[in-house]
Amino acid sequence: MASVLILGAASDMAIALADQYASKGYDLILAARNSGRLSTISSDIKIKWNVTCDLYDFDALDYNSHKEFFSSLKEKPEITICVFGYLGDQEKGMEDWKESERIIHSNYTGAVSILNIIASNYAEIKSGSIVGISSVAGERGRQSNFLYGSAKAGFTAYLSGLRNSMFHKNVHVLTVLPGFVYTSMTEHLKLPPLLTAKPEDVALSIYNGVRKKKNVIYVKWFWRWIMLIIKMVPEFVFKKMKL
Amino acid sequence: MMKKKIANWGNFPVMESEELSFRFKDQLNNFIQEKNGFIPRGNGRCYGDASLAGTTISTLKYHRIKEFDTSTGVFECESGLTLDKILEVIVPKGWFLPVTPGTKFITVGGAVGSDVHGKNHHSEGSFSNHILEMRVLTASGAEINCSPENNSDLFYATCGGMGLTGMVTTVKFQLKKIETSFIRQKQVKAKNLDEILKLFSEYSHYTYSMAWIDCLTKGENFGRSILTVGEHAGINELPDKYKSNPLSLPEKKRITFPFNLPSWVLNSFTVKAFNFLYYGKNFKKEINNIVPYEPFFYPLDAILHWNRGYGKKGFVQYQFVLPLTAKEGLIEILHKISEKKMGSFLVVLKVFGKQDDLISFPFEGYTLAMDFPVRKGLFDFLDELDQVVLKYKGRLYMSKDARMKPEMLEKGYPRLEEFKSIVKKYNPDYKFRSVQSDRLQLT
Repeated sequence: MASVLILGAASDMAIALADQYASKGYDLILAARNSGRLSTISSDIKIKWNVTCDLYDFDALDYNSHKEFFSSLKEKPEITICVFGYLGDQEKGMEDWKESERIIHSNYTGAVSILNIIASNYAEIKSGSIVGISSVAGERGRQSNFLYGSAKAGFTAYLSGLRNSMFHKNVHVLTVLPGFVYTSMTEHLKLPPLLTAKPEDVALSIYNGVRKKKNVIYVKWFWRWIMLIIKMVPEFVFKKMKL
Repeated sequence: MMKKKIANWGNFPVMESEELSFRFKDQLNNFIQEKNGFIPRGNGRCYGDASLAGTTISTLKYHRIKEFDTSTGVFECESGLTLDKILEVIVPKGWFLPVTPGTKFITVGGAVGSDVHGKNHHSEGSFSNHILEMRVLTASGAEINCSPENNSDLFYATCGGMGLTGMVTTVKFQLKKIETSFIRQKQVKAKNLDEILKLFSEYSHYTYSMAWIDCLTKGENFGRSILTVGEHAGINELPDKYKSNPLSLPEKKRITFPFNLPSWVLNSFTVKAFNFLYYGKNFKKEINNIVPYEPFFYPLDAILHWNRGYGKKGFVQYQFVLPLTAKEGLIEILHKISEKKMGSFLVVLKVFGKQDDLISFPFEGYTLAMDFPVRKGLFDFLDELDQVVLKYKGRLYMSKDARMKPEMLEKGYPRLEEFKSIVKKYNPDYKFRSVQSDRLQLT
C-alpha cells in the first residue's frame, strides 16, 4: 500500500492526519523531534487500522540532518505532509532574538530545507504529493502575530512557487490554510466556534484535497472570504486597526 | 490560563474552571507538579459535581490503544479513550466490553473512577471486576501499577474513588467474547411492583436485565414496568439478513437535541403521557426479538444532548441501592415520588448482584435511578428521600450526586474511613480534589 510521511507528527493535527490516512489503508511514516514519545500513537494506529507505522527522529531545525533523514527512510512516501510549526510569542520575540529565530526557522527555514530534498526526489521519479500546512496568518501581517505570520507568508510563497515548478514534473503541491483549529497550540485562546475547525476536519479536508489535486484549501470555506476582505482593506486603514 | 464554564451531564451545577489537557505523560507530570487543587475529568458524563473543580485535567486527548490481543481479549488503553471508540475497534473482531453503563460516551478513566455497572451487574459485577491492572499517577509524581494483587489498597480506593487517589493513566482489562454484535432481547410487561420484582428473580439467569418503571400510576397498577433482558446472540440465532455480517457495527444515526427545553415542559402531565405511551407501546405481554447492541445498551445515545430536555436549570439524577430485604423501602420511596408528582421520564430499576468493595456503589439489592429537573423544593424533597434510603440501610451513587450531605455518605458507606486513609496516603495534601469531595468532606 502507498505510504504517507508526516513531518512533525506529535501535534494534534498530525495525529488526526495519521488516523485519517491509516483509516484509508495507508502505511505511515511518522517523524518528530522526540519519536519515542510517539510509541503509543504508533501502537494505537497499528491496532485500529492494521497498517504499518514507522517512527523516525526528525528535527526541523537541524538542517544538516535532513538529507540523511530522507535517505534513511526504509520506504519512500508517495505523500509528504509538512505539519510542524511554532506559533511562539510575538511580544517575547520582539525582545528575544532566540524566540524570533525559532518562530522563523520552525515555520519557514526548516520546512524549506526538508521539502527541497523531498521535492527533488519526487521530481526525479515524476510523481508524489507534497502538502504544506501554512496559515491564514501569512495572508497579511497583523500586530498580534506578525513574526509567525511573516514566516508563514514566506512558506505560502514557497509552496506556491514549488507548485509552479513541480507542475511540469507531475508532482502535486497542496497549500493548506486551516484558519482557527482546536489544538494544543490554541488551547489557551478563546476561539469563535463557527470559525474553528477540529483537527479531524483539517485531516479530512487534506485527504480530499490531495485526492482531488487541489492547489490551496481553507478548511472552513468562509475563511477564504474573510481573508479576501482582510486583504482588501487599504493599508492606510489597516495600519490603524487592532488585529 | 483561560477559564471556561463547565458542567457535567445534569447541567447542574455549572462552574468556571481552568481546563488543562495533555497528550503525553511528561505534560501530565508537569501539571501534577505545578498545579494544586484539581480533579481528573473525562467526558463529563457523571451527572453532578464529581469531576468539577477550579482546575480540571482533561484526559480526552490521552486516548491511545496500547494493546489488543484478539485471541485472548486483553485490552489496554490510555484513560481518555471513550467506550464508543473501543467498541468500533473490538466488535468487528468478536469482542465486547465486559461492563458498560447506559451511555458509551464515557472514558475508561471515568469507568474506573465511578466503577460503573451495567445491565449485567447481577451476573458479571461492575467494571473493576474485569480490570487486570492499571496505572495511577499519584500526587507525588510516582506512577504506580496496581491490581487486586498488587498495591491493592490503591487499586480498590481508585475503583469508585472519584479520582481522589490520583490520575488513572492506563487500564488493562479483559474483554468478553461475542459471536455476533446482536442481542437476543426479551421484554416482559409487569402490571405492578410485586410482579416486576418476581420477574427479576424469574429471569435472573439472563446475563443482562433492567426494567423501566412508571412511578406516577397509583392503585393496583402502582409500579407497572417493562422488564428487558438479553443475551449476546449466537450466529445461529440471527435472521438471514444479518448472517452475512454478524459482527457489523450499528449505523450511526443520531439526532441532536438542539436547545434547552423550557423547564415547564416536563410536568406530571407530560410525564404521565410519556409513561402511558411507553408502557402501551408493547401490546403483548412478552416480546422476543433480535436487535443490534446499540438500541439495547444505549437507547439514549441516539439523541445527542438529551440532557437539554430538562431545561437550562439542569437536573439531578438520584440513584440509590437498597438491600433485597428492603422492598418496603422501595415502595415508600416510589409512593413519595408519586405523591409529590416529582416523577421523571426515565426511572430505571435493576437488581444488583453481590459486591463488597471499598467505595464502589453497588451491593446486592434493588437500585433505582431517576431524573429530577432542578426546581424549587427539589433538594428538600431529596433530603427526605435520603432519610428513607438510610432507614433501609441503602446508599447513593456518587457519580450521580450533586447535593447529598456528608452524613449521608458516611452512613451509607461503612468503609469510608478506610477509603479516606488510603486517599490521604496517596494524596496527602489533597492536590486532587473536586467540588464534590470538598462538599462531602473527603478532602
